[in-house]
Amino acid sequence: MAFLDRAARSIFFWEFLKSFVLSMRYFVGKKSTLNYPFEKGPISPRFRGEHALRRYPNGEERCIACKLCEAVCPAQAITIEAEPREDGSRRTTRYDIDMVKCIYCGLCQEACPVDAIVEGPNFEYSTETREELYYNKDKLLANGDRWEREIARNLELDAPYR
Amino acid sequence: MPSRKLIVDGKEIEADDGLTLLQACEMAGAEIPRFCYHERLSVAGNCRMCLVEWVGAPKPQASCALQVRDIFPNKDGTPAKINTKGQYVRKAREGVMEFLLINHPLDCPICDQGGECDLQDQAMGYGRAAFHRFNENKRAVEDKYMGPLVKTIMTRCIQCTRCVRFATEVAGVPDLGATGRGEDMEITTYLEKAFASELSGNVVDLCPVGALTSKPYAFNARPWELRKTESIDVMDAQGCNIRVDARGPAVLRVLPRLNEEINEEWISDKARHACDGLMRQRLDRPYVRKSGKLQPATWGEAFAVVAARVAETAPERMAAVVGDLAAAEEIKALKDLMTALGAAHLDCRQDGSKLVPGARPSYLFNATIAGVEAADAILLVGCNPRWEAPVLNARIRKAWLGGNLKIANIGPAVDLTYPVEQLGDALEGLANGSHAFAQTLKDAKRPMLILGPAALARRDGAAVLRMAAKIAADTGIIGPAGSAEEGGWNGFNVLHTAASRVAALDLGFVRGRDVAGIVDGAQKGEIDFLYLLGADEFDVGHLGRAFVVYQGSHGDAGAHNADVVLPGAAYTEKDGLYANFEGRVQRGRRATFPPGEAKEDWAILRALSDVLGKRLPYDTLEQLRAALVADAPHFARLGEAPVHSGADAAMWADVGSEGALEPGAAFGHAIADYYLTNPIARASVTMAECSRVFVAGAHKMAAE
Repeated sequence: MAFLDRAARSIFFWEFLKSFVLSMRYFVGKKSTLNYPFEKGPISPRFRGEHALRRYPNGEERCIACKLCEAVCPAQAITIEAEPREDGSRRTTRYDIDMVKCIYCGLCQEACPVDAIVEGPNFEYSTETREELYYNKDKLLANGDRWEREIARNLELDAPYR
Repeated sequence: MPSRKLIVDGKEIEADDGLTLLQACEMAGAEIPRFCYHERLSVAGNCRMCLVEWVGAPKPQASCALQVRDIFPNKDGTPAKINTKGQYVRKAREGVMEFLLINHPLDCPICDQGGECDLQDQAMGYGRAAFHRFNENKRAVEDKYMGPLVKTIMTRCIQCTRCVRFATEVAGVPDLGATGRGEDMEITTYLEKAFASELSGNVVDLCPVGALTSKPYAFNARPWELRKTESIDVMDAQGCNIRVDARGPAVLRVLPRLNEEINEEWISDKARHACDGLMRQRLDRPYVRKSGKLQPATWGEAFAVVAARVAETAPERMAAVVGDLAAAEEIKALKDLMTALGAAHLDCRQDGSKLVPGARPSYLFNATIAGVEAADAILLVGCNPRWEAPVLNARIRKAWLGGNLKIANIGPAVDLTYPVEQLGDALEGLANGSHAFAQTLKDAKRPMLILGPAALARRDGAAVLRMAAKIAADTGIIGPAGSAEEGGWNGFNVLHTAASRVAALDLGFVRGRDVAGIVDGAQKGEIDFLYLLGADEFDVGHLGRAFVVYQGSHGDAGAHNADVVLPGAAYTEKDGLYANFEGRVQRGRRATFPPGEAKEDWAILRALSDVLGKRLPYDTLEQLRAALVADAPHFARLGEAPVHSGADAAMWADVGSEGALEPGAAFGHAIADYYLTNPIARASVTMAECSRVFVAGAHKMAAE
């Protein structure tokens, strides 16, 4: 019986038909590749991408130079210097992240008591030189301004689970 | 002292009646949390954190305010049982912590105390994080002005009153106080006045929370970022033990280290806050004067210029002066180099003091600092310990608070924070025994004389010294041999202001002309070559046509008038030995590296000696120290004060020199401005501000 079965399959090109049907199913079915960069996959609200320093709605920077992120950073990628600002409040004079050292573990945003440093949804920040990946405070604040809407939305979506 | 038995956590101990229960529990090895209690201050008993259980008592007991003598044994005669652990005590302390945190703001991320805060630490142990029932507004208190050193954030205050007790008891300046009761209690300086004490920085260490923090250090760093180095202070000659906290190349703050024999746990404001001067006005490369201007040069060029000049100068026209901040090693190296060159004139006494090397007791603070507490009569001669050694002054005040201490002063009347009998011009009267205070000294069991720099810097300083030695010999100030604990006593004390002075005198850095003679000689053209090792405190602007080499850390008066500048290391940047005014040798350690091309001072002298063809016989600091110890064996005995070896009448009769006092000459002030006594302090912004506020009298007054 087995002999007849095998013979019938090869006479009628059964394997050929089967693989043809499979190809055709994928040909007409939904595509699993994306036309990057014109299309992008969905990302979780918890996605840990490029860092940003946020501001309060009134424009005041959130970071208060408590240095907890610097202390917790396992890669020692963060450097902070601080001094009293003219109005006497505690602010950083320098906030550097070495994005080459960073391992994107997200401990800095966990440590931050004021949600100032966050890892935003952006993952497209490759550069041509290494120097461009040494982020300073201006760059991080600019990131925050650019991504604030998405960051705020992600924080809101993640809030119930915290 | 009578004592009684206690059972603390099941362990039976025998405690003195005079101890507090808290101390007794610590003897038994228990750890008691506390905010208001401090070993060196009076007991307030208002934080209630130290609650323990006395089995049988109806309520938990505040162990700091309960004395062992008040704890009676159980009815059956067994010792009282004290529990410091367990649910009962824990619940009581958790309740106290809850009350403390009701009004304490959640400021930790922006608080400078964060990371070294007692409240933060103990809230980890006794706080109830998952449980809070206070939803009302927290108390808000206006911040107070306490001068340029202490920053206040008064909402954080938990009213432990440590600062108030420190100000009144230790500093002796009752500038701080509390107003209001209960929740309305506020710590304040009356009339918004700056806290006018040379010890004001210590309240920052005392404050268990972040209510009082250091103003110059505000928001600068976190404690976990700092590299801690244990070292010795050189701002005065007391040799206070300090911890230098540095981050990267910068020294960010200086904290006291516990040393019962020297500074207990206090340091002066200058020791604490002059550290910002270490980053300013620094000499970071050699300079050579070309066509009237100091031009940057390399080490080789600078050495070549010095060598050329030395080669054409006769040894008797060479001089060297050691400054106030030099360590013993470089004094030794400079002395060896100058001796090899045959230089005729060496001096270390920039202030013009008439002390001479020789018998060590003739220029030391023989009674030792701890010995001050044993004294029952003190005669101050031309000295203002409040400015010349503030921590010593706190010790004198402590002795005075102990009671039964008479203090008299010959010299200008100053507020020393304790009452002083002004004797006017009584030195001769005391020397011949006709003055009434001579009898007081004779009647005292442990009389003491402190001879200040202002007395010794007079033109007749040697005669003053002889007279002081005579008073000491006549009135029993110089007693039997041995240390104070063993019953020995030598109350003849010389108070120095320069950290290098005792080491320089030990090493005999006095030869030929004194500093005034060198300046005079330079003006008259009799001195052609002058080597200054960090010496800025004398008349360096009038050195005539002499060729001046300045080796030091800061661009101060000495460097401005030099022909060659060799950049050296400041005290935090080198390992060095310092002898304090007791003659106690202590070791300072390097916390940071010297800036730029600057080098450690002994290494500069060693390198220069090679160029001059007089190579010094040591290549490492260890070899130099061995040579130093060979010269003066006491440099090997670190941390030990010399012990009085008995009254040697011949030696004491030979101290100073015979002569009449200049009629009408008054004792002046050795220090014109406490905050600006050395190049580091003069480069410091904080010290300049202190000088403006405290010395120039620009106190910020409250609005009328």
